[in-house]
Amino acid sequence: MRVERELVVNAPRERVWDYIANPDNYTLFFSGITRWDVEGRKKRGGGARYRMLMRVGSAEVGGLVEVVEFDEPGDMAWTSVLGVDQRGRWRLRAHGPNRTSVMFRLSYHAPGGLLGWLSDQLSAPMVRSNIQQTLENLKRHIESEHAEGARRARTRPTKRRAAKA
Amino acid sequence: MPERGSTQHTTRRSTASRNGSGANGASPHEAGGGQRRAPRRRGLKDAAAEALVKRIPRADLDERDPDYIREQLPGLWMLASFYFRAEVRGLHNIPADGPVLLVGNHSGGNMTPDTTVFTLAFNTYFGVERRFYQLAHNLVLAMPGLSRLRKFGTVAASHENAHKALDSGAALLVYPGGDYEVHRPIWDANKVDWGGRTGYVRLALEKEVPIVPVVAIGGQETSIFLSRGERLARLLGLDRTLRLKVLPISLAIPWGLNVGDILGHVPLPAKITVEVLPPIYLREQFGPNPDVDEINRHVLAEMQGKLDELAAERRWPLIG
Repeated sequence: MRVERELVVNAPRERVWDYIANPDNYTLFFSGITRWDVEGRKKRGGGARYRMLMRVGSAEVGGLVEVVEFDEPGDMAWTSVLGVDQRGRWRLRAHGPNRTSVMFRLSYHAPGGLLGWLSDQLSAPMVRSNIQQTLENLKRHIESEHAEGARRARTRPTKRRAAKA
Repeated sequence: MPERGSTQHTTRRSTASRNGSGANGASPHEAGGGQRRAPRRRGLKDAAAEALVKRIPRADLDERDPDYIREQLPGLWMLASFYFRAEVRGLHNIPADGPVLLVGNHSGGNMTPDTTVFTLAFNTYFGVERRFYQLAHNLVLAMPGLSRLRKFGTVAASHENAHKALDSGAALLVYPGGDYEVHRPIWDANKVDWGGRTGYVRLALEKEVPIVPVVAIGGQETSIFLSRGERLARLLGLDRTLRLKVLPISLAIPWGLNVGDILGHVPLPAKITVEVLPPIYLREQFGPNPDVDEINRHVLAEMQGKLDELAAERRWPLIG
Protein backbone atom coordinates (compact mmCIF):
# COMPACT_ATOMS: atom_id res chain seq x y z
CA MET A 1 0.00 0.00 0.00
CA ARG A 2 1.34 3.41 -0.95
CA VAL A 3 0.04 6.61 0.59
CA GLU A 4 1.27 9.97 -0.61
CA ARG A 5 0.39 13.58 0.17
CA GLU A 6 1.88 16.91 -0.90
CA LEU A 7 1.55 20.46 0.34
CA VAL A 8 3.29 23.85 -0.05
CA VAL A 9 4.83 25.43 3.03
CA ASN A 10 5.57 29.16 3.10
CA ALA A 11 9.13 28.84 4.34
CA PRO A 12 12.56 28.22 2.79
CA ARG A 13 13.53 24.65 2.03
CA GLU A 14 16.39 24.68 4.58
CA ARG A 15 14.04 25.60 7.38
CA VAL A 16 11.63 22.79 6.48
CA TRP A 17 14.54 20.39 6.22
CA ASP A 18 15.87 21.32 9.66
CA TYR A 19 12.44 20.64 11.08
CA ILE A 20 11.84 17.23 9.53
CA ALA A 21 15.42 16.04 10.07
CA ASN A 22 15.11 16.57 13.81
CA PRO A 23 13.74 13.37 15.44
CA ASP A 24 12.59 15.33 18.51
CA ASN A 25 9.87 16.97 16.40
CA TYR A 26 8.14 13.83 15.20
CA THR A 27 5.85 13.31 18.15
CA LEU A 28 4.89 16.99 17.88
CA PHE A 29 3.81 17.19 14.27
CA PHE A 30 3.42 13.64 12.97
CA SER A 31 -0.23 12.71 13.43
CA GLY A 32 -0.77 9.28 14.99
CA ILE A 33 2.88 8.89 16.00
CA THR A 34 3.08 7.85 19.63
CA ARG A 35 6.78 7.14 19.72
CA TRP A 36 9.84 8.26 17.75
CA ASP A 37 12.92 7.42 19.81
CA VAL A 38 16.50 7.54 18.65
CA GLU A 39 18.02 4.08 18.79
CA GLY A 40 21.80 4.09 18.99
CA ARG A 41 24.28 6.96 19.01
CA LYS A 42 23.48 8.62 15.73
CA LYS A 43 20.66 11.10 16.09
CA ARG A 44 20.23 12.18 12.47
CA GLY A 45 21.61 11.50 9.02
CA GLY A 46 22.13 8.36 7.01
CA GLY A 47 22.26 5.27 9.20
CA ALA A 48 20.34 6.85 12.10
CA ARG A 49 17.82 4.46 13.58
CA TYR A 50 14.52 5.24 15.21
CA ARG A 51 12.02 3.12 17.10
CA MET A 52 8.67 4.43 15.95
CA LEU A 53 5.01 3.63 16.46
CA MET A 54 1.90 4.97 14.79
CA ARG A 55 -1.59 4.38 16.13
CA VAL A 56 -3.68 2.75 13.43
CA GLY A 57 -7.03 1.38 14.51
CA SER A 58 -6.64 -0.60 17.73
CA ALA A 59 -2.89 -1.01 17.60
CA GLU A 60 0.30 0.99 17.71
CA VAL A 61 2.12 -0.25 14.65
CA GLY A 62 5.69 0.35 13.55
CA GLY A 63 9.06 -0.95 14.59
CA LEU A 64 12.69 -0.08 14.09
CA VAL A 65 13.49 2.02 11.01
CA GLU A 66 16.79 3.18 9.55
CA VAL A 67 17.49 6.27 7.47
CA VAL A 68 18.85 5.04 4.15
CA GLU A 69 18.89 8.31 2.23
CA PHE A 70 19.75 11.71 3.65
CA ASP A 71 20.27 14.14 0.80
CA GLU A 72 20.22 17.55 2.45
CA PRO A 73 18.01 19.58 1.95
CA GLY A 74 15.92 17.53 -0.47
CA ASP A 75 15.31 13.86 0.23
CA MET A 76 15.19 11.73 3.32
CA ALA A 77 14.08 8.10 3.22
CA TRP A 78 13.90 5.33 5.77
CA THR A 79 13.19 1.68 5.62
CA SER A 80 12.11 -0.81 8.26
CA VAL A 81 14.57 -3.04 10.05
CA LEU A 82 12.06 -4.67 12.43
CA GLY A 83 8.28 -4.59 12.58
CA VAL A 84 5.90 -3.75 9.78
CA ASP A 85 7.57 -3.58 6.34
CA GLN A 86 7.62 0.10 5.46
CA ARG A 87 9.45 2.76 3.54
CA GLY A 88 8.97 6.46 4.23
CA ARG A 89 10.21 9.38 2.16
CA TRP A 90 10.27 13.15 2.47
CA ARG A 91 10.81 15.15 -0.75
CA LEU A 92 11.37 18.86 -0.42
CA ARG A 93 11.50 21.03 -3.51
CA ALA A 94 11.77 24.80 -3.90
CA HIS A 95 8.43 26.24 -4.96
CA GLY A 96 9.26 29.86 -5.65
CA PRO A 97 11.05 32.25 -3.30
CA ASN A 98 10.71 31.19 0.35
CA ARG A 99 8.22 28.50 -0.52
CA THR A 100 8.73 24.74 -0.38
CA SER A 101 6.78 21.89 -1.83
CA VAL A 102 6.72 19.09 0.75
CA MET A 103 5.80 15.57 -0.27
CA PHE A 104 5.56 12.62 2.12
CA ARG A 105 5.18 9.08 0.89
CA LEU A 106 4.70 5.96 2.98
CA SER A 107 4.74 2.51 1.47
CA TYR A 108 3.88 -0.37 3.76
CA HIS A 109 2.94 -3.98 3.54
CA ALA A 110 1.32 -6.11 6.22
CA PRO A 111 2.34 -9.78 6.33
CA GLY A 112 -0.12 -12.65 6.16
CA GLY A 113 -1.27 -13.10 2.54
CA LEU A 114 -4.93 -12.31 1.96
CA LEU A 115 -5.55 -11.04 5.49
CA GLY A 116 -2.48 -8.84 5.19
CA TRP A 117 -3.75 -7.41 1.89
CA LEU A 118 -7.18 -6.81 3.39
CA SER A 119 -5.74 -5.08 6.43
CA ASP A 120 -3.62 -2.88 4.13
CA GLN A 121 -6.79 -1.78 2.34
CA LEU A 122 -8.69 -1.16 5.56
CA SER A 123 -5.87 0.74 7.22
CA ALA A 124 -5.14 2.96 4.20
CA PRO A 125 -7.83 5.60 4.95
CA MET A 126 -6.53 5.93 8.53
CA VAL A 127 -2.91 6.23 7.40
CA ARG A 128 -3.90 8.66 4.64
CA SER A 129 -5.75 10.80 7.16
CA ASN A 130 -2.73 10.74 9.52
CA ILE A 131 -0.40 11.84 6.75
CA GLN A 132 -2.68 14.62 5.56
CA GLN A 133 -2.94 15.86 9.12
CA THR A 134 0.83 15.55 9.50
CA LEU A 135 1.53 17.83 6.55
CA GLU A 136 -0.98 20.36 7.82
CA ASN A 137 0.65 20.27 11.26
CA LEU A 138 4.07 20.65 9.67
CA LYS A 139 2.93 23.68 7.68
CA ARG A 140 1.37 25.30 10.74
CA HIS A 141 4.39 24.69 12.99
CA ILE A 142 6.97 25.85 10.47
CA GLU A 143 5.03 28.87 9.26
CA SER A 144 4.30 30.02 12.79
CA GLU A 145 7.98 29.58 13.73
CA HIS A 146 8.99 31.38 10.55
CA ALA A 147 6.61 34.24 11.22
CA GLU A 148 7.79 34.47 14.82
CA GLY A 149 11.42 34.60 13.66
CA ALA A 150 10.61 37.35 11.18
CA ARG A 151 8.71 39.34 13.83
CA ARG A 152 11.65 39.12 16.23
CA ALA A 153 14.03 40.24 13.50
CA ARG A 154 11.83 43.27 12.86
CA THR A 155 11.38 44.24 16.50
CA ARG A 156 15.00 43.86 17.64
CA PRO A 157 16.43 47.04 15.96
CA THR A 158 13.41 49.03 17.12
CA LYS A 159 14.09 47.98 20.72
CA ARG A 160 17.74 48.94 20.35
CA ARG A 161 16.78 52.33 19.00
CA ALA A 162 14.31 52.80 21.84
CA ALA A 163 17.01 51.92 24.39
CA LYS A 164 19.42 54.43 22.87
CA ALA A 165 16.78 57.13 22.98
CA MET B 1 -12.57 -16.71 17.81
CA PRO B 2 -11.08 -19.28 20.08
CA GLU B 3 -9.17 -17.95 23.00
CA ARG B 4 -6.15 -18.92 24.92
CA GLY B 5 -7.17 -17.73 28.33
CA SER B 6 -10.23 -19.84 28.12
CA THR B 7 -8.25 -22.85 29.13
CA GLN B 8 -8.57 -22.56 32.78
CA HIS B 9 -12.20 -21.63 32.42
CA THR B 10 -13.43 -24.77 30.88
CA THR B 11 -11.45 -26.85 33.21
CA ARG B 12 -11.44 -26.67 36.88
CA ARG B 13 -10.75 -24.78 39.96
CA SER B 14 -8.56 -27.02 41.95
CA THR B 15 -8.39 -26.99 45.69
CA ALA B 16 -4.80 -25.90 45.47
CA SER B 17 -5.66 -23.02 43.22
CA ARG B 18 -8.51 -21.98 45.52
CA ASN B 19 -5.91 -21.74 48.18
CA GLY B 20 -3.81 -19.54 45.99
CA SER B 21 -1.18 -21.95 44.84
CA GLY B 22 -1.43 -21.37 41.12
CA ALA B 23 -0.33 -18.27 39.26
CA ASN B 24 -3.03 -18.80 36.71
CA GLY B 25 -5.70 -20.50 38.69
CA ALA B 26 -3.93 -23.78 38.17
CA SER B 27 -2.51 -26.14 40.70
CA PRO B 28 1.22 -26.71 40.89
CA HIS B 29 0.51 -30.42 40.75
CA GLU B 30 -0.45 -30.00 37.15
CA ALA B 31 2.94 -28.75 36.13
CA GLY B 32 3.99 -30.00 32.74
CA GLY B 33 0.80 -31.90 32.14
CA GLY B 34 0.87 -33.56 35.52
CA GLN B 35 -2.81 -34.39 35.46
CA ARG B 36 -2.04 -38.02 34.89
CA ARG B 37 -3.04 -39.24 38.28
CA ALA B 38 -4.89 -42.53 38.43
CA PRO B 39 -8.58 -42.01 39.08
CA ARG B 40 -9.78 -43.17 42.44
CA ARG B 41 -12.58 -45.34 41.10
CA ARG B 42 -12.56 -46.91 37.69
CA GLY B 43 -15.66 -46.32 35.64
CA LEU B 44 -16.66 -45.39 32.16
CA LYS B 45 -16.51 -41.69 32.95
CA ASP B 46 -13.16 -42.08 34.70
CA ALA B 47 -11.69 -44.04 31.83
CA ALA B 48 -12.93 -41.43 29.33
CA ALA B 49 -11.49 -38.67 31.44
CA GLU B 50 -8.18 -40.46 31.74
CA ALA B 51 -8.05 -41.01 27.99
CA LEU B 52 -8.74 -37.34 27.42
CA VAL B 53 -6.08 -36.23 29.84
CA LYS B 54 -3.55 -38.52 28.19
CA ARG B 55 -4.14 -36.73 24.92
CA ILE B 56 -3.10 -33.42 26.40
CA PRO B 57 0.20 -32.45 24.87
CA ARG B 58 2.87 -30.70 26.83
CA ALA B 59 3.14 -27.12 25.68
CA ASP B 60 6.62 -25.78 26.03
CA LEU B 61 8.26 -22.44 25.46
CA ASP B 62 10.01 -23.46 22.27
CA GLU B 63 6.73 -23.77 20.41
CA ARG B 64 6.33 -19.99 20.22
CA ASP B 65 6.87 -18.93 16.62
CA PRO B 66 7.48 -15.19 16.02
CA ASP B 67 7.02 -15.51 12.24
CA TYR B 68 3.67 -17.20 12.72
CA ILE B 69 2.58 -14.48 15.16
CA ARG B 70 3.67 -11.80 12.69
CA GLU B 71 1.53 -13.33 9.97
CA GLN B 72 -1.51 -13.50 12.24
CA LEU B 73 -1.32 -9.88 13.36
CA PRO B 74 -3.30 -8.43 10.43
CA GLY B 75 -6.22 -10.77 11.20
CA LEU B 76 -6.10 -9.89 14.89
CA TRP B 77 -5.82 -6.21 14.02
CA MET B 78 -9.01 -6.33 11.92
CA LEU B 79 -10.87 -8.23 14.62
CA ALA B 80 -9.75 -5.84 17.34
CA SER B 81 -10.18 -2.64 15.33
CA PHE B 82 -13.48 -3.24 13.58
CA TYR B 83 -15.34 -5.87 15.60
CA PHE B 84 -14.35 -5.00 19.16
CA ARG B 85 -13.33 -1.35 18.49
CA ALA B 86 -10.59 -2.06 20.98
CA GLU B 87 -8.55 0.53 22.77
CA VAL B 88 -5.34 -0.32 24.62
CA ARG B 89 -3.71 2.25 26.86
CA GLY B 90 -0.60 2.46 28.98
CA LEU B 91 1.64 -0.04 27.20
CA HIS B 92 4.56 2.26 28.03
CA ASN B 93 4.08 1.14 31.65
CA ILE B 94 5.49 -2.26 30.78
CA PRO B 95 9.26 -2.24 31.39
CA ALA B 96 10.99 -2.07 27.99
CA ASP B 97 13.01 -5.22 28.62
CA GLY B 98 13.55 -7.97 31.12
CA PRO B 99 11.12 -10.40 32.69
CA VAL B 100 7.81 -9.08 33.90
CA LEU B 101 4.65 -10.66 35.27
CA LEU B 102 1.54 -9.23 33.63
CA VAL B 103 -1.50 -9.91 35.78
CA GLY B 104 -4.92 -9.49 34.24
CA ASN B 105 -8.59 -9.72 35.06
CA HIS B 106 -10.31 -12.19 32.82
CA SER B 107 -13.62 -11.93 31.00
CA GLY B 108 -15.68 -13.38 28.19
CA GLY B 109 -16.14 -17.06 29.00
CA ASN B 110 -14.24 -19.42 26.75
CA MET B 111 -13.96 -16.72 24.11
CA THR B 112 -11.89 -14.09 25.83
CA PRO B 113 -11.53 -11.09 23.54
CA ASP B 114 -9.41 -9.17 26.02
CA THR B 115 -6.60 -11.69 25.56
CA THR B 116 -6.76 -11.36 21.77
CA VAL B 117 -6.69 -7.60 21.99
CA PHE B 118 -3.82 -7.53 24.45
CA THR B 119 -1.76 -10.05 22.49
CA LEU B 120 -2.10 -7.91 19.38
CA ALA B 121 -1.22 -4.75 21.28
CA PHE B 122 1.83 -6.27 22.98
CA ASN B 123 3.23 -7.76 19.79
CA THR B 124 2.80 -4.63 17.70
CA TYR B 125 4.14 -2.37 20.45
CA PHE B 126 7.22 -4.35 21.39
CA GLY B 127 7.60 -6.41 18.23
CA VAL B 128 7.23 -10.15 17.87
CA GLU B 129 10.90 -10.48 18.73
CA ARG B 130 10.18 -9.82 22.41
CA ARG B 131 9.30 -13.05 24.14
CA PHE B 132 5.76 -13.02 25.43
CA TYR B 133 4.04 -16.03 26.95
CA GLN B 134 0.58 -16.59 28.33
CA LEU B 135 -0.40 -19.28 30.80
CA ALA B 136 -3.46 -21.31 29.91
CA HIS B 137 -4.90 -24.60 31.03
CA ASN B 138 -3.39 -27.38 28.99
CA LEU B 139 -6.83 -28.81 28.17
CA VAL B 140 -7.44 -25.74 26.04
CA LEU B 141 -4.15 -26.29 24.27
CA ALA B 142 -5.30 -29.83 23.54
CA MET B 143 -8.63 -28.80 22.03
CA PRO B 144 -8.90 -29.40 18.28
CA GLY B 145 -8.09 -26.23 16.39
CA LEU B 146 -6.58 -24.50 19.37
CA SER B 147 -3.16 -26.09 19.20
CA ARG B 148 -2.07 -23.08 17.13
CA LEU B 149 -2.31 -21.02 20.31
CA ARG B 150 0.96 -22.64 21.33
CA LYS B 151 2.63 -20.81 18.45
CA PHE B 152 1.46 -17.55 20.01
CA GLY B 153 3.38 -18.40 23.16
CA THR B 154 0.48 -19.88 25.09
CA VAL B 155 1.88 -22.49 27.43
CA ALA B 156 0.35 -24.88 29.93
CA ALA B 157 -0.41 -23.25 33.27
CA SER B 158 2.22 -24.77 35.50
CA HIS B 159 4.82 -23.50 37.89
CA GLU B 160 7.49 -25.10 35.76
CA ASN B 161 6.47 -23.16 32.66
CA ALA B 162 5.95 -19.94 34.59
CA HIS B 163 9.46 -20.19 36.04
CA LYS B 164 10.99 -21.11 32.70
CA ALA B 165 9.28 -18.20 30.96
CA LEU B 166 10.46 -15.65 33.50
CA ASP B 167 13.94 -17.17 33.64
CA SER B 168 14.17 -16.69 29.88
CA GLY B 169 13.58 -12.96 30.37
CA ALA B 170 10.11 -13.04 28.86
CA ALA B 171 6.97 -11.15 29.68
CA LEU B 172 4.43 -13.57 31.14
CA LEU B 173 0.68 -12.97 31.20
CA VAL B 174 -1.35 -14.73 33.86
CA TYR B 175 -4.98 -14.58 34.86
CA PRO B 176 -5.14 -15.51 38.54
CA GLY B 177 -8.94 -15.60 38.46
CA GLY B 178 -8.92 -18.26 35.74
CA ASP B 179 -12.14 -20.16 35.16
CA TYR B 180 -13.64 -18.82 38.37
CA GLU B 181 -13.47 -15.22 37.17
CA VAL B 182 -14.05 -15.63 33.47
CA HIS B 183 -17.46 -17.27 33.96
CA ARG B 184 -18.72 -14.82 36.58
CA PRO B 185 -22.32 -13.71 36.07
CA ILE B 186 -22.95 -10.56 34.10
CA TRP B 187 -24.06 -8.61 37.16
CA ASP B 188 -20.51 -9.03 38.48
CA ALA B 189 -19.01 -7.93 35.15
CA ASN B 190 -17.12 -4.99 36.64
CA LYS B 191 -15.66 -6.88 39.55
CA VAL B 192 -12.12 -8.25 39.83
CA ASP B 193 -12.63 -11.59 41.55
CA TRP B 194 -9.82 -14.10 41.78
CA GLY B 195 -11.43 -16.32 44.37
CA GLY B 196 -8.58 -15.74 46.84
CA ARG B 197 -5.80 -16.92 44.53
CA THR B 198 -2.43 -15.42 45.33
CA GLY B 199 0.01 -17.75 43.59
CA TYR B 200 1.01 -14.99 41.20
CA VAL B 201 2.42 -12.92 44.09
CA ARG B 202 4.58 -15.81 45.26
CA LEU B 203 5.78 -16.31 41.70
CA ALA B 204 6.74 -12.63 41.34
CA LEU B 205 8.53 -12.66 44.69
CA GLU B 206 10.38 -15.85 43.92
CA LYS B 207 11.54 -14.65 40.52
CA GLU B 208 12.12 -11.04 41.69
CA VAL B 209 10.09 -9.59 38.84
CA PRO B 210 7.72 -6.63 38.83
CA ILE B 211 3.97 -7.14 38.62
CA VAL B 212 2.22 -5.11 35.95
CA PRO B 213 -1.57 -5.09 36.33
CA VAL B 214 -3.59 -5.22 33.11
CA VAL B 215 -7.22 -4.18 33.47
CA ALA B 216 -9.77 -4.95 30.78
CA ILE B 217 -13.44 -4.13 30.42
CA GLY B 218 -16.06 -5.19 27.90
CA GLY B 219 -15.31 -8.90 27.67
CA GLN B 220 -18.11 -9.85 30.03
CA GLU B 221 -20.61 -8.13 27.72
CA THR B 222 -19.85 -10.47 24.83
CA SER B 223 -22.43 -12.94 26.12
CA ILE B 224 -25.06 -13.07 28.85
CA PHE B 225 -23.32 -15.00 31.59
CA LEU B 226 -25.79 -16.31 34.13
CA SER B 227 -23.92 -18.63 36.48
CA ARG B 228 -20.62 -20.40 36.99
CA GLY B 229 -22.61 -23.59 37.51
CA GLU B 230 -20.42 -24.87 40.32
CA ARG B 231 -23.27 -26.90 41.85
CA LEU B 232 -24.16 -28.41 38.49
CA ALA B 233 -20.55 -29.47 37.95
CA ARG B 234 -20.53 -31.16 41.35
CA LEU B 235 -23.90 -32.80 40.76
CA LEU B 236 -22.72 -34.34 37.50
CA GLY B 237 -19.48 -35.45 39.10
CA LEU B 238 -17.40 -33.40 36.65
CA ASP B 239 -15.22 -32.11 39.41
CA ARG B 240 -14.17 -35.66 40.23
CA THR B 241 -13.80 -37.03 36.70
CA LEU B 242 -12.68 -34.12 34.56
CA ARG B 243 -11.77 -31.76 37.37
CA LEU B 244 -14.28 -29.31 36.00
CA LYS B 245 -15.25 -27.21 38.98
CA VAL B 246 -17.43 -24.95 36.90
CA LEU B 247 -20.04 -25.70 34.28
CA PRO B 248 -20.97 -22.21 33.17
CA ILE B 249 -24.46 -21.34 32.04
CA SER B 250 -25.03 -18.45 29.68
CA LEU B 251 -27.19 -17.16 26.85
CA ALA B 252 -24.98 -17.07 23.79
CA ILE B 253 -25.01 -17.08 20.00
CA PRO B 254 -25.68 -19.50 18.29
CA TRP B 255 -26.74 -21.87 21.05
CA GLY B 256 -29.28 -19.87 22.98
CA LEU B 257 -28.95 -21.50 26.37
CA ASN B 258 -25.29 -22.45 26.50
CA VAL B 259 -24.25 -24.95 29.16
CA GLY B 260 -20.55 -25.55 29.57
CA ASP B 261 -19.42 -23.31 26.71
CA ILE B 262 -17.30 -26.25 25.57
CA LEU B 263 -17.79 -25.43 21.89
CA GLY B 264 -17.38 -21.75 22.50
CA HIS B 265 -19.79 -19.17 21.17
CA VAL B 266 -19.92 -16.15 18.90
CA PRO B 267 -18.99 -13.19 21.08
CA LEU B 268 -21.13 -10.09 20.81
CA PRO B 269 -19.20 -7.10 19.43
CA ALA B 270 -18.69 -5.32 22.72
CA LYS B 271 -16.17 -2.51 22.86
CA ILE B 272 -13.05 -3.72 24.65
CA THR B 273 -10.84 -1.34 26.57
CA VAL B 274 -7.59 -2.48 28.14
CA GLU B 275 -5.40 -0.36 30.37
CA VAL B 276 -1.95 -1.27 31.63
CA LEU B 277 -1.08 0.15 35.04
CA PRO B 278 2.38 1.17 36.29
CA PRO B 279 4.63 -1.68 37.43
CA ILE B 280 4.73 -2.71 41.08
CA TYR B 281 8.24 -3.49 42.33
CA LEU B 282 7.43 -5.68 45.30
CA ARG B 283 10.56 -5.46 47.48
CA GLU B 284 10.91 -1.72 46.88
CA GLN B 285 7.32 -1.04 47.74
CA PHE B 286 6.60 -3.64 50.43
CA GLY B 287 10.02 -4.16 52.01
CA PRO B 288 12.46 -7.11 52.03
CA ASN B 289 9.97 -9.59 53.52
CA PRO B 290 6.65 -8.61 52.06
CA ASP B 291 3.35 -10.10 53.06
CA VAL B 292 1.72 -11.98 50.19
CA ASP B 293 -1.82 -11.11 51.26
CA GLU B 294 -0.98 -7.44 51.59
CA ILE B 295 0.46 -7.36 48.08
CA ASN B 296 -2.55 -9.22 46.74
CA ARG B 297 -4.91 -6.76 48.42
CA HIS B 298 -2.92 -3.88 46.94
CA VAL B 299 -2.97 -5.33 43.40
CA LEU B 300 -6.70 -6.08 43.63
CA ALA B 301 -7.45 -2.59 44.93
CA GLU B 302 -5.43 -0.96 42.14
CA MET B 303 -7.15 -3.06 39.51
CA GLN B 304 -10.63 -2.66 40.94
CA GLY B 305 -10.12 1.12 41.12
CA LYS B 306 -9.10 1.25 37.46
CA LEU B 307 -11.94 -1.09 36.47
CA ASP B 308 -14.41 1.22 38.23
CA GLU B 309 -12.95 4.17 36.30
CA LEU B 310 -13.24 2.33 33.01
CA ALA B 311 -16.81 1.30 33.88
CA ALA B 312 -17.70 4.92 34.62
CA GLU B 313 -16.42 5.87 31.14
CA ARG B 314 -18.84 3.47 29.47
CA ARG B 315 -22.20 4.92 28.57
CA TRP B 316 -23.84 1.87 27.07
CA PRO B 317 -23.35 -1.89 27.28
CA LEU B 318 -21.74 -3.30 24.10
CA ILE B 319 -21.35 0.13 22.49
CA GLY B 320 -19.04 1.37 25.20
